[in-house]
Amino acid sequence: MSKSTQPSTPSSAPGDVAFEPRLTAFVCNWCTYTGADLAGTSRLQMAANVRIIRLPCTGRIDPLFVVKAFERGADGVIVSGCHPADCHYTAGNYHARRRFAVLQELLTFLGVEPERLTFSWVSASEGAKWADVVNGATERVRAVGPFAAYRALVADALPADELQPAARGGAPRATTATEERA
Amino acid sequence: MKDLQDLAQRLLVDGTVAVVIGYERGPRGARPAFVQRPEDVERLIFDAECVQNLATYLSPRRRHLLKLGRKAVVAKPCDVRAIAGLVREKQVKRDEVVVIGVRCPGVGEDRCVTCTAREPRLADHLVGAAVAAPAAGESQRDAKLRELEAMTPAERWNFWQAELSRCVRCHACREICPMCQCDRCVASKTQPQWIESSPHARGNLSWQLTRVLHQAGRCVDCGECERACPEGIPLGLLLRKVAEVVDRRFDFRPSDDPELPTPIGAYRLDDPQEFIL
Repeated sequence: MSKSTQPSTPSSAPGDVAFEPRLTAFVCNWCTYTGADLAGTSRLQMAANVRIIRLPCTGRIDPLFVVKAFERGADGVIVSGCHPADCHYTAGNYHARRRFAVLQELLTFLGVEPERLTFSWVSASEGAKWADVVNGATERVRAVGPFAAYRALVADALPADELQPAARGGAPRATTATEERA
Repeated sequence: MKDLQDLAQRLLVDGTVAVVIGYERGPRGARPAFVQRPEDVERLIFDAECVQNLATYLSPRRRHLLKLGRKAVVAKPCDVRAIAGLVREKQVKRDEVVVIGVRCPGVGEDRCVTCTAREPRLADHLVGAAVAAPAAGESQRDAKLRELEAMTPAERWNFWQAELSRCVRCHACREICPMCQCDRCVASKTQPQWIESSPHARGNLSWQLTRVLHQAGRCVDCGECERACPEGIPLGLLLRKVAEVVDRRFDFRPSDDPELPTPIGAYRLDDPQEFIL
């Protein structure tokens, strides 16, 4: 998969020091959320760029959630859940794996840089892996720069700073329990 | 054509069906025809102009058509896949519809170039003269697909934005699709509004992305969405891409076997997951 710079209207150069990527993480309640909690209680240092949205299961994550995150100003998205054979609901992650396989190839085909999407399996005991996933995803998104192309899709789109939930009304609620004390 | 008309007459006269859905000659090529009276069967035709997929009239979403009663439908080999899909997804009972399969010489579409099915298998009756299997040709759509895949993400983004920005959100692609069968489409819901309904680039992207994902493993490649699109957006390219992904990853191709499970909704323990950390 080839790297690339942003298409039309780059608002700031990739690698710009002023750019802090904003990532949305959709995680399952039973494994990754607990793993992220462990990372927090273990006081692991990690990038503070990720907003976590907790869902019952990766099988609950509609691909539209990912699209909506980009619409609401995310520069990257993480989707994470239980390892295969570990799903609390037996098979939710297997179903999710098929959906996300199609989703990530389709988004790439539509011209979204693959670096913006991260999928991972993080179990409840893998706090350290979660920190790695967060740091890795943040660095990859930082390298490709802000998702200015998506924000430019609407002529009257709000600048990124005004895309905060308060300014946008019913924006997705971000869970901050594991946002770092960095 | 005579055998098609005779069969339709027989089905209508003996009361097997209340309506035969087929093709008739219209002012601009062939068009769908609903024949309810035996004396009207002379209207029915089948030739290389009959491009429409009539299976879309079997979808239970079209409630006004349910009232017509038992149907017979004229179906090409590609249309039969849509009927199989409807049966597979429990939208239509197989014994509630009479399938009049027609041997198809190809209807001049790009997808016909690579199509090898000339005789529908899921049919109660088979009409038309035998057609020789065609020589495999070059599909322009597949060539375009390869061209797009060779581009950088930024170039692909710009290509698709140029295409999707023309979308007027008439939803003709959804309305004509034989496999789009939700009572309420997510694109029509407003509380919450998942997909912006006004025709601008962001909502258009969200809409087509969603539609294509919902077609993963279900699209039968009848090409009706692209034909119905008033803006000529190459929707078939997106669907073709997803069909290739589903084929490569899940070993599933559009099939006329209604017993096969749909790939999204089924899973294997060893599905490839090279993209997951």
